[in-house]
Amino acid sequence: MHDHDHDHDHEQQPHPEHDESLGALELRVRALEAALTVKGYIDPAALDVVIDTYQTKIGPRNGAQVVARAWCDVEFRRRLLEDATAAIASLGFSGRQGEHMVAVENTPQVHNLVVCTLCSCYPWAVLGLPPTWYKSAPYRSRAVKDPRGVLRDFGVQLPESTRIRVWDSTAEVRYLVIPQRPAGSSHLSEGELASLVTRDSMIGMGLAAAVS
Amino acid sequence: MPEPEGELFHAPWEPRVLALTVAMGATGLWNIDMSRAARETLPNYRELSYYRIWLAGLEKLLAASGILNGIPPAPPQVLYADAVATVLSRGRPCSRIPQSPARFVLGQRVRTRGTQPDHHTRLPAYARGKLGVIERVHGAHVFADAHAQGLGESPQWLYTVAFDERELWGEQLAAQSSIMSVDAWEPYLEPV
Repeated sequence: MHDHDHDHDHEQQPHPEHDESLGALELRVRALEAALTVKGYIDPAALDVVIDTYQTKIGPRNGAQVVARAWCDVEFRRRLLEDATAAIASLGFSGRQGEHMVAVENTPQVHNLVVCTLCSCYPWAVLGLPPTWYKSAPYRSRAVKDPRGVLRDFGVQLPESTRIRVWDSTAEVRYLVIPQRPAGSSHLSEGELASLVTRDSMIGMGLAAAVS
Repeated sequence: MPEPEGELFHAPWEPRVLALTVAMGATGLWNIDMSRAARETLPNYRELSYYRIWLAGLEKLLAASGILNGIPPAPPQVLYADAVATVLSRGRPCSRIPQSPARFVLGQRVRTRGTQPDHHTRLPAYARGKLGVIERVHGAHVFADAHAQGLGESPQWLYTVAFDERELWGEQLAAQSSIMSVDAWEPYLEPV
């Protein structure tokens, strides 16, 4: 705990992992799981449930429902901006890595972008597990220093007049971006709107999909 | 590089490491700040992929606890399959009753601490010794610095502190028209 310093070279690329083959890792993890099971610290069936939960139940479709509701329901939007944790819980989403939620709204004037420069903190309760790029060293360093550049790399070109607001999640507060509602979407149902809300748009690294 | 929404894992062992970490976290043998400290002090932290970091962090915590060799402590709690949904949906809120009045108010100018303490902390290097403005007051939260060292929760006021890009990067790099913020506990901040 003594050489903890975030002053590393933030520009370096991740190195290939050459010290262990995937087979060796697989064995290492299996051995760990077996030892912890024998010693009574874990229930292997619980591991299966955890994995299934993040593969099928807790993911970005939860956040998309939150955003679509905010687009359709003025009162919900007000509550979401005021107390996101409670508003999101009212739709049935809560818990691990979403205990303290803040929702931030994109407008023509301000575009919000979320990053965790220290590790990879992410609002699991509404977006599930973070994508690889969100966890990568280049994103984590560039998002704060060159947000327009990383957005361009993801195909997002914002008007010069739009200010960028970057939120570095350094504590237990987790941020959900409410993207701008796409033009020409007034006839769509809440469910149809939710399908336009991409995961990346809720991190601020994309826009909601256009109405086809 | 963009990634499809359903693409969560890139090797069969990765979901097991995720679940092992969640399950061992639920035993209460260590807390989330100890987990983060274990990961972020790995000598090769910057080189490893996310789940490699999680695996190495878990192995480090297990080694320190004597679970795998030595005298294993009794697990205070075991996460069983039928409790997973409840445990995950409850989470572990870290807001606490404040021990003292907040030192700073909305809109107040503050300077972040300029030095790096010799222990786990959550003020990024780029935001050290910088002038910012209190933008949100989140109430008192478990203080990661103390919690990671096993010194208890020591709740402290938590603020969102916003910085102009010129303050962080200087005039030359500040061509983004951006504002940055970090979430900072009160001991990281000084009035100006």
